[in-house]
Amino acid sequence: MSEQAIEDPQVGLQLIPQQGSEYAVQVDHLYYALLGISGLLMAILAGLVVVFAARYRRTLGRGRGKLLSDRSGRRVEIGFALSLCAAFIGLFFWASQLYLKLYGEPATDIVIDVVAKQWMWKFQHPDGTREINTLHLPVGETVQLRITSQDVVHSLSFPAFRLKRDAVPGMYTTAQFTPIRTGESHLFCAEYCGTDHSRMRGKVVVMNQTDYQRWLAGQGDAPSPADAGEQLFQSYGCSGCHKPGDATLAPELAGIFGKPVPLASGETVVADEAYIRDSILQPQKQLVAGYQPIMPSYSGQISEEEILQIISYIQSLTPGDQND
Amino acid sequence: MTSVVYSESEDRHATPRDYLSGGWSIRSWLLTVDHKRIAWLYAVSITGFFFFGSAAALLIRLELISPAGDLLSAESYNKLFSLHGIVMVWFFLIPSIPATLGNFLLPMMIGARDMAFPKLNLLSWYIYTLGGIFTLAAVIAGGVDTGWTFYTPYSTLFSNSAVLAAATGVFIVGFSSILTGINFIVTTHTMRAPGLSWLRLPLFVWANYATGLVMVLATPVLAITLVLIALERALGIGIFDPALGGDPLLFQHLFWFYSHPAVYIMILPAMGVVSEIIPCFSRNPIFGYMGMVLSIMAIALFGFVVWGHHMFVSGQSMYAGILFSFFSFLVAIPSAIKTLNWTATLFRGQISFSVSMIYALSFLELFTVGGLTGVFLAALALDVHLHDTYFITAHFHYIMVGGAVTGYMGGLHFWWPKLTGRMYSRPWATVAALALLIGLNLTFYPQFLLGYAGMPRRYHSYPEEFEILHVLSSLGAGVLALGYLLPLIYLSWSLRHGEKSGPNPWDATGLEWQTASPPPVHNFAETPVVTEKPYAYK
Repeated sequence: MSEQAIEDPQVGLQLIPQQGSEYAVQVDHLYYALLGISGLLMAILAGLVVVFAARYRRTLGRGRGKLLSDRSGRRVEIGFALSLCAAFIGLFFWASQLYLKLYGEPATDIVIDVVAKQWMWKFQHPDGTREINTLHLPVGETVQLRITSQDVVHSLSFPAFRLKRDAVPGMYTTAQFTPIRTGESHLFCAEYCGTDHSRMRGKVVVMNQTDYQRWLAGQGDAPSPADAGEQLFQSYGCSGCHKPGDATLAPELAGIFGKPVPLASGETVVADEAYIRDSILQPQKQLVAGYQPIMPSYSGQISEEEILQIISYIQSLTPGDQND
Repeated sequence: MTSVVYSESEDRHATPRDYLSGGWSIRSWLLTVDHKRIAWLYAVSITGFFFFGSAAALLIRLELISPAGDLLSAESYNKLFSLHGIVMVWFFLIPSIPATLGNFLLPMMIGARDMAFPKLNLLSWYIYTLGGIFTLAAVIAGGVDTGWTFYTPYSTLFSNSAVLAAATGVFIVGFSSILTGINFIVTTHTMRAPGLSWLRLPLFVWANYATGLVMVLATPVLAITLVLIALERALGIGIFDPALGGDPLLFQHLFWFYSHPAVYIMILPAMGVVSEIIPCFSRNPIFGYMGMVLSIMAIALFGFVVWGHHMFVSGQSMYAGILFSFFSFLVAIPSAIKTLNWTATLFRGQISFSVSMIYALSFLELFTVGGLTGVFLAALALDVHLHDTYFITAHFHYIMVGGAVTGYMGGLHFWWPKLTGRMYSRPWATVAALALLIGLNLTFYPQFLLGYAGMPRRYHSYPEEFEILHVLSSLGAGVLALGYLLPLIYLSWSLRHGEKSGPNPWDATGLEWQTASPPPVHNFAETPVVTEKPYAYK
């Protein structure tokens, strides 16, 4: 792996990286605003130091001037603090609202599963196509990334989309963005992850719809994550207990995704990605109310990619599906 | 008028001897309980670690001149930046000002004969040394490659390097920090001279007092975290291991709960130093003394509630992110007030550009750049883009090197005559101070640009387009090296050949200037009585 050639995009040095999405444009506006404020404050500060140093140099032989009274001094301090507060509250709201856009509730059809491992990024498209260290995307479609790690903490960084999200083992993190122009840009691992951390990089290639479809078609026929998940569901023997329409041994899975589940402990948990993953690896941890703790753990037998595929399969089930 | 009354009736034999004349035997140094000698023990040790950590930094910068990463292997590079971080943070920056200048000056500035617990003070140096030995042992054992942050599960399950030895070193050195903190707090509370009320304390004392509080409250959490790392690595208890139901983010919470306040352990004392220098060389009382005191305490307090801003992209709850962002903006305000007040202290003064004043004004510039870029990082969406890039590296180096180290250099030059009774070469010192200012900006400014362009930190090789900025940065590191090597030479030279300075060469206020240079063993012939506010420059 370590000697695998790195495919960096040929983008040249851009102090403001390519604005790959509308969001990137908005983040840059915030950046310019802060640069402006900082520049102004620096200019005032440096200006005052230079002016004072010149006017009040000791070598000029003048005595010390009259000092501000305590009262006016306090006014200067309080006025300064209050204006900073006002500016900061504005910036805080501005930046937080953008942040919620990036990590907030998804409004998207394309979910790309991302599994990080020392030292590569593995992507799986909704049609099943997989790729490593390069990510092809269609322009104009909102993409949601569903990210996890197979070993240590990594961090997926797409500077052109002003996007970064840690890949944490045992967790799913998400981020979403909409590319607005075709072209190549960088893809980095930003969280230090061991020896070949700096080689865990590659490129994002945004294509127009036709090129993207053609590219997908050229990648061969892999089953979609949901279909692959269904096969895994059979082969790991899950379907033996989780039978469609028969909830005697194990809970029914159709329609369960995203819904609250009552637990034996009396608590309730939402059946999201993390819960399903936990149920596969540590089935006794959060037992559904009314069932015996008989499910074995699949820890050590199943890979992160396979878990994601099973999640996709469970997500794809709607009540009634399993009855036919 | 602050007054020190030397008894007129004392005869020559009763004149107290200075603390250095007690002998130069190894024993007289290693068994001393005089805070001034202990300060020197620390000064010599931290200087050793500083140059050790700097050598690692220079190798790192040398490596990064070329994008291919061909000078060092990836393993060696990773070990070098880990070592650089561990040594600089725990063995230089955290003890730097408190353990040397603080130790030397705090009792004198409050008119005390020594620290409240002199033996504890010596013990804390021994503990520091023991921690240092473990860390050096880790280096000899092949080094450690986790970064100074020891993030799990890399450090617990994946790294094949000397994590245990390094963590043990850091664990041990933490106790020295706690003991120093306790000593500062108790000394400030109980040993102040008559008349020295809290609102007459010099800001350097306030800053070290607040630092002591942070040390005592935050460091135990670091110790717990490191114990957990060791248990996890040795026995696989699973507290951070997701495969065993553990939580990798828990480590980050625990680590930053200490390590963010640790930044204030580094910067507050430097702020204290600058607050002494600027009034002295503008012949003005500090502007807004009360505001300065409140800011120091506010920074120490708010410093405890911002750790989550290291985790905006980590997968912690978005709403936690928003809360931490808010507090991070909040902590910037007292720092900004301090900057305003230092600048305002120059107003209508009589400004002279002594060497320490050049350092103080450099601090002002560097700290402001560091602080303002911190605001960029408090802003959530911008932090997402900048997180773990060179922008971060640049930001915290402006604070830690530009702020803490420059403050330390300023303080060293300001109090050198008091420490040694001798003056240093002013022209050479001026050259060094300017080299530091230029070198620092040249080293770290290009890194802001690299960061916004997307260049991640801790990369051993990188895409070619970033080369030019890296070359500039490495060039700056060369200039900076000069700024640090020169003082080593001319200050050492001054120890023997420097002109005698007299007790108060800067005509400064403050009790430490009211006694001989170098000071007598028990600091004052008679306990001084304080009758007015500090910085009574007329």
